[in-house]
Amino acid sequence: MRLVVDLNRCQGYAQCAFLAPDVFVMHGEESLLYNPHAERAQRDQVMRAVAACPVQAILVDDPDDPDDLGAPDAPDAPEGESGTGSAVPVGEGLSGAR
Amino acid sequence: MPGDAALERLRREGRIVIVGASLAGLRAAETLRKEGFTGSLTLIGDEPHEPYDRPPLSKQVLLGHATADRTALPRRTALDAHWRLGVAATGLDMAARKVRLADGDEVAYDRLLIATGVHARPWPHEAEAALDGVFVLRTRDDAARLQRRLAASPRRVLVIGAGFTGSEIASACRERGLAVTVAERGAAPLVGALGGVVGRVAAELQREHGVDLRCGITVTALEGDPAERLRRAHLSDGTTLDADVAVVSLGAQRNTEWLAGSGLGAGPRGIACDAGCRAFDFRGIVTDDIFVAGDVARSPHALFGYQFLSLEHWGNAVAQAETAAHNMISSSSERRPHLWVPAFWSAQFGVNIKSVGVPSLGEELVVVQGSLAERRFVCAYGYQGRVIAAVSFDGTKWLEFYQRQIESAAVFPPEHSMVDSRPEGLRPVPAEFPDPSLPTHGPTVTVSGYSPTEQRITFTPARA
Repeated sequence: MRLVVDLNRCQGYAQCAFLAPDVFVMHGEESLLYNPHAERAQRDQVMRAVAACPVQAILVDDPDDPDDLGAPDAPDAPEGESGTGSAVPVGEGLSGAR
Repeated sequence: MPGDAALERLRREGRIVIVGASLAGLRAAETLRKEGFTGSLTLIGDEPHEPYDRPPLSKQVLLGHATADRTALPRRTALDAHWRLGVAATGLDMAARKVRLADGDEVAYDRLLIATGVHARPWPHEAEAALDGVFVLRTRDDAARLQRRLAASPRRVLVIGAGFTGSEIASACRERGLAVTVAERGAAPLVGALGGVVGRVAAELQREHGVDLRCGITVTALEGDPAERLRRAHLSDGTTLDADVAVVSLGAQRNTEWLAGSGLGAGPRGIACDAGCRAFDFRGIVTDDIFVAGDVARSPHALFGYQFLSLEHWGNAVAQAETAAHNMISSSSERRPHLWVPAFWSAQFGVNIKSVGVPSLGEELVVVQGSLAERRFVCAYGYQGRVIAAVSFDGTKWLEFYQRQIESAAVFPPEHSMVDSRPEGLRPVPAEFPDPSLPTHGPTVTVSGYSPTEQRITFTPARA
């Protein structure tokens, strides 16, 4: 699932990092890093984070319409089969990376 | 009324074309569908990728926490759009209402939205820019290439330019344990955006994290080895620096070249438009069928003396796209102005930097909360006796308050007392922005004298 955080809105409450630590991590005192592409297995965690965000800054693909993740809109396969897909993956979750 | 009937037909079966398939283009398309537009919708993008998010490219992606090809933006609604990706728009025929594409095709429109954004300013010497090891960072592909190179442990990375992108790249490199030199022509990092007072704090931050920061210096040449791999850089102080990666971070240029000769009011500073996002033609007359949004737009802002602001801000792309899309399919009385208060963020060296308003308009600033020495503070910027902007280092929670201050033209310097205000901060000091009349890029040449024999050319070298 694709997600984006409006970091203008984000005030560093860290609820997301608490509820979905594989996707969201605090970086320093109050800035947030997140993985913009969460795995299906992380969906429940992410949805809890979306609901808990006090400023509603997290946007994910419409959960009621999970099969509409682009197709037929999306020109690429959403799973990233394009030619530049060889960037070194350091684990899917942020917590695995550091 | 006939006007209403035409608008109704546009909303039902009109043709809307969006040039630019990034954040602004996507959000505009979603807004059009959400507001009931059922006609044909075409999105044209020169990159082969679906719309993706850029802020993670200089942070998560360079750190290896996320991969560049997985930064696609979530969709809030089904778009039912025709996508023309990997093909650039090359021309506009305003009279015939057609966009020309690089593959020779033409796309007709009833309403056009231009959201072509900006591209990274390239290194000015082409042969040097082509050396293996010289990068820019703007697109997903740029980020993938640079992150691969950083993962291969280069001996030293040279970052040319210490604006936000350059500083974030330097931060990511240090976090990866790489040796980094930052060359900045100004007196401090971020000085153009935030001024010299805050820039000095950014400089301390970089040095404390082990960046070899060199200010007041320019890179005069990049030198390759016989295999055309970057080997070293020559600096304006006469020294050289061995580096196998250089990232050119000299700001951005607006993507308006494709509009040359179209009659639209488009140039290097963007496309001028009214507060309702309608583009001006080159005569200064507003069009009624061409709209602009995002980094490429320049629109007057009522809060800032109706100055034409051109903002490369994520939030501006979202807000302006939504306003433009709404106005494209609304009657004149239902149109809205784009009144978004500028705001942006940056994360570097573990500090969250945020800004609201237009700091570069500020003449003076006061440290209203916290302290510069602790690197945890909020500065309010003043312009002609009112609060015009605020910048925070790890002080996000306060910015909303200052946004209201800016919106209500609150008095500067602030008279009320605040949480965590310190006596030493409350005296206004000059914000120390560089003199805008001095050239910032390259030398200038001026010509004086009347008759050909009297004419004299004066060469002014770029200020270090």
